[in-house]
Amino acid sequence: MSLPLENNPNYAQYAHPERLVSTDWLATNLGAKNLVVLESNEDILLYSTGHIPGALKIDWFTELNDEVTRDYVEGAAFAELMASKGISRDSTVVIYGDKSNWWAAYALWVFTLFGHEDVRLLDGGRDKWIAEGRETSTEKPAVTATEYPVIERDDSVIRAYLPQVLEHLGNPLIDVRSLEEYTGERTHMPNYPEEGAMRGGHIPTAASVPWGKAAAADGTFKSRAELEAIYFEEAGLKPGDDVVAYCRIGERSSHTWFVLKHLLGFESVRNYDGSWTEWGNAVGVPIVRGEANGELPVKRGARA
Amino acid sequence: MSALNPALAEIVEEFSEVPEADRLELLLDYSRELPELPPHLAEHPELLEQVVECQSPLFLIVEVGADQVVRLFFSAPPEAPTTRGFASVLAAGLDGSSAEEILAVPEDMPARLGLSRALSPLRMRGMSAMLGRIKRQVTEQLATA
Repeated sequence: MSLPLENNPNYAQYAHPERLVSTDWLATNLGAKNLVVLESNEDILLYSTGHIPGALKIDWFTELNDEVTRDYVEGAAFAELMASKGISRDSTVVIYGDKSNWWAAYALWVFTLFGHEDVRLLDGGRDKWIAEGRETSTEKPAVTATEYPVIERDDSVIRAYLPQVLEHLGNPLIDVRSLEEYTGERTHMPNYPEEGAMRGGHIPTAASVPWGKAAAADGTFKSRAELEAIYFEEAGLKPGDDVVAYCRIGERSSHTWFVLKHLLGFESVRNYDGSWTEWGNAVGVPIVRGEANGELPVKRGARA
Repeated sequence: MSALNPALAEIVEEFSEVPEADRLELLLDYSRELPELPPHLAEHPELLEQVVECQSPLFLIVEVGADQVVRLFFSAPPEAPTTRGFASVLAAGLDGSSAEEILAVPEDMPARLGLSRALSPLRMRGMSAMLGRIKRQVTEQLATA
């Protein structure tokens, strides 16, 4: 059984308030039956320095990725991972993490690929919990393993692969990286390591909206009105648009995916997790350099 | 293959001797032992160079003495333990070495810690970047000495 939703007037403004919980709600509900709290961080060691009591760590790199296929784990491995963390198919999973929930949103997005129904983010994440002086623990929680069904990953709804992004060209794209990454500006000073991609720039016509714009100073999400100003007025999205978001490897764009999908209520939003690491290195696909979104190329390259 | 100086070689050996599953714990131990900045730098954080390749804020500065003995200083916040851990490994392994020893550290030294299955490639690159910037600062200071 899932836990009741938080009745928080502050979240009523969002399209899907059931996807958020506050630090107050979590503090009250810690230890509840069928609630599993997961910490997902950019820094793999951070959990060990102290975490929300009872929370388990989930690591995107070693647990959600398959070592061999350069992809997320398959259904069987995901089921095994869930069982090892005491998660059942009907568990309420609350995920939180460092850096305004950037990696927490990534984990939530992967859970969504497997259709785990009740998965929520702790608004404000790890930083807010700590800033409020709430209890942390270095104790490793004991887990009673559960059974979790093998559900195959569904990549068709919220995930875009490179060929689908090429087909998508002409529809709205959001590039959530920093402006420097977007323009393709590079540091050419000697002995400075180079970027991981062959070419710097962005996908033609993509609007630049760095992911962090959606977060307030305390790491919580901005109000719906503020988010609408950013994504509708500045980036030019319209309600009902079919949107693809991308970044470097798909982590930051998961945060934006969450904002567009669950807070602003876009039905069709996909995360292109191959992102710039793939696009910037791919043969025969067009890019644009500089600050302008750029035109849709007539000749799109061999692949387009 | 160029050789590691004894202190750094010992740390690499320490990492390779523990099972892979325990290496992160070892890195966490190192992160706790990163020395504080000395007063002359703590009061002037602007003197430190940021390693922008690291995903968390990490600042470093190199001081090459008249005797070519090199001092290394790092600054990283407590909420960035992985970055602190890497910095602490370099501090423990290279602080007080000669300029020559530091310039001879092989580029693949971070990979020799055996952490590449546990840490993302970008993390590993962050550590390589720290090493690269340390070497660049040493070279620059030798040139102007």
